[in-house]
Parts: sequence; C-alpha cells; structure tokens
Amino acid sequence: MMEYIPLNFPFLAAALLVGISFYILIFKRNLIKLIMGIAILASGVNLFLVALGYRAGGNAPIYTDVPEGPMVLPVPQALTLTSIVINVAVLALMLTMVILIYRHTGSLDSEKSRKMKG
Amino acid sequence: MLSKIVRTVANQLILFILIFGLYVIAHGHLTPGGGFQGGAVIVSGVVMLLVAFSSKELKKSLRERTLSIMESSGALIFIGLAFAGIGIVFFYNFLVGTPIFGRIPATGPGPGDIWTGGFIPLMNLAVGLKVAAGLSAVVLAMALFSSGEEIEE
Amino acid sequence: MRQVTGLIVLLVVIAFLVSGMLLFIHPFGYPPSDMDDYIIENAQEETGSNNVVTSVVFDYRGFDTLGEATILFAAVTGVLLLLRTVKRREESS
Repeated sequence: MMEYIPLNFPFLAAALLVGISFYILIFKRNLIKLIMGIAILASGVNLFLVALGYRAGGNAPIYTDVPEGPMVLPVPQALTLTSIVINVAVLALMLTMVILIYRHTGSLDSEKSRKMKG
Repeated sequence: MLSKIVRTVANQLILFILIFGLYVIAHGHLTPGGGFQGGAVIVSGVVMLLVAFSSKELKKSLRERTLSIMESSGALIFIGLAFAGIGIVFFYNFLVGTPIFGRIPATGPGPGDIWTGGFIPLMNLAVGLKVAAGLSAVVLAMALFSSGEEIEE
Repeated sequence: MRQVTGLIVLLVVIAFLVSGMLLFIHPFGYPPSDMDDYIIENAQEETGSNNVVTSVVFDYRGFDTLGEATILFAAVTGVLLLLRTVKRREESS
C-alpha cells in the first residue's frame, strides 16, 4: 500500500482545502468569513470528486472529434455539476440571511447575532 | 451609474454575451456545456448590465414578476418532459428514433449532428431558461434591496 | 479553553483526512469503473447524445437533476421571500 503515496497528491490538495475551511469555520467569528469557509469547503469537495474520476491519460467524455485514447469517468463529473449549482443556491440564501442579520443587529459578529432579542 | 464609455461598451457587448450563452445551451449535447453553464453565462451578462447601469434603470426593463414566470415555466417544461415517458419509466428518453431530435450518431468519435439526442436538447433549453431567470431574479433582488429601492410586486 | 478544544478538533479532522486520502483510496488515475465503462460504451446508442456527461445528467441520473432543480427553485423563492417581507415590515412600522 505504501508505494501508492506519490500518486495521491491531488487527493492531498483536496484534503488541504477541506482543512483550511475547517480552520476558518472553527476559529473565525465574522459571518462573511464563515461563508467564505463554506465556499472553500465546497471547492475542496468538488476537487475531490473530479480527482476521484480521473483516468491516466484520459480525454473528456465527449465524442465530438475526440482523439484516440481512454476517457475519464463521466458520473463524478455529472455529480460535480449538480454540486456546483446547489452551492450557488445555498450561497445566495446564506448571503441574504447575512444581509438581514446585519440590518437587524448592526454587526457581523456571530457571537452577537446568536442571542435572541426582539 | 458608471461613465458613458462603460455604458456604451456594455450596450454593444450584451448582444454577444447573450448569443454565446444561447450557443452553449443549444449545443449542450454536442460540445462541452449545457443548460446550467449557458444560463450562468447569460446571468453574467445581466450582472454586467447591473454594474454599468444602475439597478433603478434596469428595473424598468427587467421585471421580477416576468423572471418568476419564466423560471416557473422552465421548471414545468422540465417536469413535463420527464413525465411524458411515464408509460415505460420516469425520465424515459422517448424521442430517440422519432423525426424530432431522434437521429442516432455513429458509434465512436465523429462530427456532431444537431438533430440527435432525444429529449436532451429540449431539457437543456428548459434548464437554461430556469437557471438564467432564477439567478437573474436573485441578483436583481439583492441589488434592489441593498440600494434601498422598492421591489416590484 | 475553547481555543484548545478547537485546535484538538482541527488536528483530529486533518489527521483523519490525510490518512484517509493516502491509505484508503485507489491510486490516482486508475479508478475502478465497471458502471462508467458501460455508460461510455453505450451512451451513444441509448441516448443519441455525443456528450456523455449531459446524457448522464439528464437521462441516466435524471432524479439527481430533478432534486437539484427543486433546490434551486426553493433557494430563489426563499431569497425573494426574505427580501420582500422585510421591506413590507419596515413600511408598516
């Protein structure tokens, strides 16, 4: 199993992105920075999905004037497409929530907006 | 509202952005692209108009109600096409073999034919309409709200 | 105390991720692919589309796209609803 380690650097890049986003989500308090952390987490997951379906020396799985050779796996790319659109929708909803929280409490601190006050 | 140079360039450039978005949507079953990507290209054109002109100017020509109706009609066409093949299975590709988009390409690499794909080009059109209208409505609502304008009912 | 707990959680998550990525996944570039081989070989006869990704999105896995369209619709409805409600409440008060 140990001889596979030099081949797996793209997976390590995805793990690095997810680690950065977990650092942001644990230690930061600004709401905009938390949203940026969630966006970085989504990019890490997308990179992991695309790297999971890569085949060595493969072309894109589209038959229009493709050169000879193997093709990369199409199903992880389709799921990545789904994931990107869902991320856009969730990001728009979170930004709207932050706009409303800033109008209501006057600050972007997550500790201050945690308390319920009417 | 930005300067006159920016407004003139945006006025000329929006046509090419819309044509490129429609090309990406309509050739979604032959080249890289599809409904979601083409819709995002069209939304980028709307955002360019929103930056060049103000949201107050754009509100006169792009109503939120029209965008909502377009998004709902896109979703209805999508679900209707999915239900049209319910006699065999949900999401059955019932147009393969018929004269409308029904040709079957030769197996293996080759040039693309626009009349292939079954209901996939129609699905691409529906999803492109839905994504373009929905994300334009979101961007327009955020711009109008943050500039203190009224949102059209 | 809170910082220390957060640091411990972060280290555990990173150790889990790195060990998982290095030891428990197939080598990069050589995936196991029975289903994808079937789709790549038969997508042109079964769906008539040259673009295999589009045929997966709209034909083989149409339910995923249906759920995605539902989520997009719900998000757009939520954004419009939130921004519009606050406007009306500010007017009345």
